[in-house]
Amino acid sequence: MICLGIEGTAHTVGVGIVDEQGKILSNIIKMYRPATGGIHPREAANHHAANIAPVIKKALIQSGKKIKDIDLVGFSIGPGLGPCLRTVATAARALALSLNVPLLGVNHCIAHLEIGKVITKASDVVLVYVSGGNTQIIAFSNGKYRVFGETLDIGIGNCLDKFGRILGLSFPSGPLIEKMAQKGEEYIHLPYSVKGMDVAFSGILTATKNLIGKQKPEDLCYSLQETCFAMLTEVTERAMAHTEKKEVLLGGGVACNKRLQEMITLMARARGAHFFCPPPSLLVDNGAMIAWTAVLMQRGGCHMDIQDTGVRQNFRVDDVEVIWKDVITTRS
Amino acid sequence: MLLRQGAEAEIHLTSWMGKQVIQKRRLVKTYRLKEIDEKLRKTRTKKEAQLMTDARRSGISVPIIYDVDINHCQIIMEYLDAPRVKDVLDDLTGEEQKSLCVTIGKEIAKLHRYGLIHGDITTSNLVLLKGRVYFIDFGLGEKCCEDEVRGVDLHLLMEAFSATHRNPRCFGWVIQGYRDIFGDASMIEKKIADISKRGRYMRSGTIT
Repeated sequence: MICLGIEGTAHTVGVGIVDEQGKILSNIIKMYRPATGGIHPREAANHHAANIAPVIKKALIQSGKKIKDIDLVGFSIGPGLGPCLRTVATAARALALSLNVPLLGVNHCIAHLEIGKVITKASDVVLVYVSGGNTQIIAFSNGKYRVFGETLDIGIGNCLDKFGRILGLSFPSGPLIEKMAQKGEEYIHLPYSVKGMDVAFSGILTATKNLIGKQKPEDLCYSLQETCFAMLTEVTERAMAHTEKKEVLLGGGVACNKRLQEMITLMARARGAHFFCPPPSLLVDNGAMIAWTAVLMQRGGCHMDIQDTGVRQNFRVDDVEVIWKDVITTRS
Repeated sequence: MLLRQGAEAEIHLTSWMGKQVIQKRRLVKTYRLKEIDEKLRKTRTKKEAQLMTDARRSGISVPIIYDVDINHCQIIMEYLDAPRVKDVLDDLTGEEQKSLCVTIGKEIAKLHRYGLIHGDITTSNLVLLKGRVYFIDFGLGEKCCEDEVRGVDLHLLMEAFSATHRNPRCFGWVIQGYRDIFGDASMIEKKIADISKRGRYMRSGTIT
């Protein structure tokens, strides 16, 4: 079986093609980069509309497959920005109907987890899902993926981007902040906000913003990263202790940050747990993760009619009944 | 003997002045900067000891503290040879679950009425000993009388229930018990609903 997956929850439109073994035949992304400021949902949606067809073509060529070889279409049904979701949903419906193949709407957060699992061969993980809009600690429990910890206000990537914008860095600022942080020398104390397994970033962002002009920007980037990532690592460890799981997996664009990877690795090692991290092309938003999750869902017997494929901007992971459980529990 | 490796501390069963006791040691976390690590471990150790002492004085069931060593981030406390609520709850009958959850609610209400916040109420941090519910691990606790903070405290337990336990009615029973002791808890219940909405994506479940 060959599945084509379309991702488009936020700034990236992506198309991936995978087979039923989870082998990635192609994975093409195109990212919307605003000239100034952050993501404008409508502009991002226009970007996706303009790019979806070429990206699908490119993905097909790279995979060596013909369009008629596609047996299943998956797309990101949510959570995400409404205009972007509706744009790719329309493309996915049109594609599935014209090919007369099944269509499945995939939860974007679960897709990050499933692709990480199949690529790294992890089985029962605690996922640290860190991106612009999302910051969640997710693990499987009682038939569902559940959120054990999450941000109480803004996503970690959003926090970094907002800070970067004030420093005059372009979007996305995370990678630039990471570079500047490497030049930081002095740690400046910032608020540390962990509540149980949840975190909050807006207070730290304000505190750091208020220090601009009073401290070196490199030191601020360094201190902001060190504080936020220490909080994330701490709540991850709490979730691991609570769920008694021995594997930790990274997902989301912010997981490309080497310092965050290092912190989670050190934490895992100290606990005798295993650390898994897919390559950057599968950490960021991409179509292959959507395609693979659609494969799993179909294998589990999931079916959607066109009228079931309305987008869900606030789609939570724990709203999904994981019916492809046999795949998850193969190891145990 | 290492009993449990928690997220931030090792729990050892050891002997101290001829007693079997728990030694809770907050370990150095190499993943974070020393500046962050030391400050967190010391303040949390101190705060935990203070809160547990206050709770006990107020008649709330917590282990007795025997000794505190701030420099080594270590607390010596009473050993409770009893199961965690997490490990027993799902095996109880509906009636037993109800009665346990109501008791938990009452105990949390007492804590809050005395101006104490636990900060990490999960079923892993509640111990069931001779029909009494003990709170352990006050490392993230604080002294506070604000409805907002009380709401966050209860919201944590709500999340823990939905993530770990099968019976969706448990948290409703906790709130029932909470009301019995706290009196008018409507502001706090409203806070819990507000906090749930604050998450990135709204939950479909509500408190019943």
